[in-house]
Amino acid sequence: MPMTMSQKILAKKAGLSEVRAGQLIMAKLDMVLGNDITSPVAIGEFEKAGFAGVFNTEKISLVMDHFTPNKDIKAAEQCKRCREFSRAHNITNFYDVGEMGIEHCLLPEKGLVMPGDLIIGADSHTCTYGALGAFSTGVGSTDMAVGMATGEAWFKVPASIRFNLTGKLGKYVSGKDVILHIIGMIGVDGALYQSMEFGGEGLKNLTIDDRLCMANMAIEAGGKNGIFEVDEVTLEYVRSRSNREFEIFAPDKDAEYARVIDIDLSRVKSTVAFPHLPENTKTIDEITEKIPLDQVVIGSCTNGRLSDMKAAAEIMKGKKVAKGLRCIIFPGTQKIFLECMELGYAQALVEAGCVFSTPTCGPCLGGHMGILAKGERALATTNRNFVGRMGHPESEVYLCSPEVAAASAIEGHITDVFCPHNKICKP
Amino acid sequence: MNVKGTVHKYGGNVDTDVIIPARYLNTTDHAELAAHCMEDIDKDFIKRVNTGDIIVAGENFGCGSSREHAPIAIKASGISCVIAASFARIFYRNAINIGLPIMECPEAAKAIARGDRVGADFDTGEIVNETSGEKFRAEPFPGFIKEIINAGGLINSVQLTMDN
Repeated sequence: MPMTMSQKILAKKAGLSEVRAGQLIMAKLDMVLGNDITSPVAIGEFEKAGFAGVFNTEKISLVMDHFTPNKDIKAAEQCKRCREFSRAHNITNFYDVGEMGIEHCLLPEKGLVMPGDLIIGADSHTCTYGALGAFSTGVGSTDMAVGMATGEAWFKVPASIRFNLTGKLGKYVSGKDVILHIIGMIGVDGALYQSMEFGGEGLKNLTIDDRLCMANMAIEAGGKNGIFEVDEVTLEYVRSRSNREFEIFAPDKDAEYARVIDIDLSRVKSTVAFPHLPENTKTIDEITEKIPLDQVVIGSCTNGRLSDMKAAAEIMKGKKVAKGLRCIIFPGTQKIFLECMELGYAQALVEAGCVFSTPTCGPCLGGHMGILAKGERALATTNRNFVGRMGHPESEVYLCSPEVAAASAIEGHITDVFCPHNKICKP
Repeated sequence: MNVKGTVHKYGGNVDTDVIIPARYLNTTDHAELAAHCMEDIDKDFIKRVNTGDIIVAGENFGCGSSREHAPIAIKASGISCVIAASFARIFYRNAINIGLPIMECPEAAKAIARGDRVGADFDTGEIVNETSGEKFRAEPFPGFIKEIINAGGLINSVQLTMDN
């Protein structure tokens, strides 16, 4: 029976010759991930269950990224619990302040996730690693606890939506615009319980950073996972980071899909999601009203990678953040932070009036490092604009690319990179 | 297993950020989490809710963040069951894993109103609105998931398997 890419990985990891959509399987895991918010709950369950130990000390990653550097005493206690657990169980991939990054920027960078892997993480954006051709999905803390102990998890095999990519992105348009465009088209539950599989001749024109950003937001369409076919771009990225052997899976030519959607990358425009759902999208030229901003946030597991920092720095270099607007930059990892310094991006951004933060999930989820007051409005390169996501329940978050965020930070309102004064003009 | 309670009604796409805002995720204490359950969309929920009450909501309930704190907060607030038109998949998994009963039934989600008295039978999937007299049928869980529920959640279920 022909299978999709996701189904092939699941079949392999379940030790089956084939699987079909809807089938319940038990499968072996290559990585189990948790952070400083979800791991303490998992550790509690792990201990309550009386598990003797972890299934593999190298196949668990604990990343202290959400409320770190510790935002308060309770957050500090949670990190301490993770630290003690990691020490007691000799967990190799425990990343604390100084080594850590935002988990979904860090794991690919460290070569801890590879094509063909089966990965679960107690964080919904675990779907990011599908960019590398892995089956990777978010779960809760109890699944994480059991995964850490047994190295296995149960899955319901998903049907897939196939996205056929053609063409090439235009200037100032990136992976974020493509995924916002898709979520706007299919809705926040458009891929519910399903896999989103990306391929086609346009794939080669997407960088790894574009793909990581797109796979990252599969969850925002309700998707179980987002997954990209493996090509030369993928291989170059993963081989420079790990010597581990891996298997490349490709979808069968005659695989059945719940839906097939064609995306011409050359037609995708800068896209902004309005409050309070990622599906409330408008292309930048559809925004006719002036939308003044109190805060711009550039970074996160969605857009905290080097190319995102570069895009923002190039637009902001030599310019100034609008008076009365706060612009917060948070790079994904320590390595990206260093590269931002070496390449002059950090300097350009700080000189423009931005603040440069240590890697943290803080502002994205309204944790710390950039909370909004009642009635305030932010434009962010993050992934969610739910009620209260970045602070007060009566604040607002708009989502966009680093390019639009940087241009808007200079203007003080949401703006087209090409037409900073909200005039109608074509590139 | 049967439950009966008064309904708290919500719309579609209730996300886990409003079920339990991230600013309270610096604790894993169930009672503390319950104290802030739903507060960003329904400030008085925690004052109104009585043990055994039922949440009824639209499509994609529990979307967004994978935080297990969300079903934990709902369960610890006293809610006995969530009935929705559909559930986001991570919430669906988490609810089963921690033993918060959920039922997927678009017809019930649409017809049942705030304040109605509703009963639910998890074995048969029957939902009865005692206020209006209407009956609905949700798909009962597949056997595999019933085993997890009957064991009292995933941890207990895995322990049983390991013991065998």
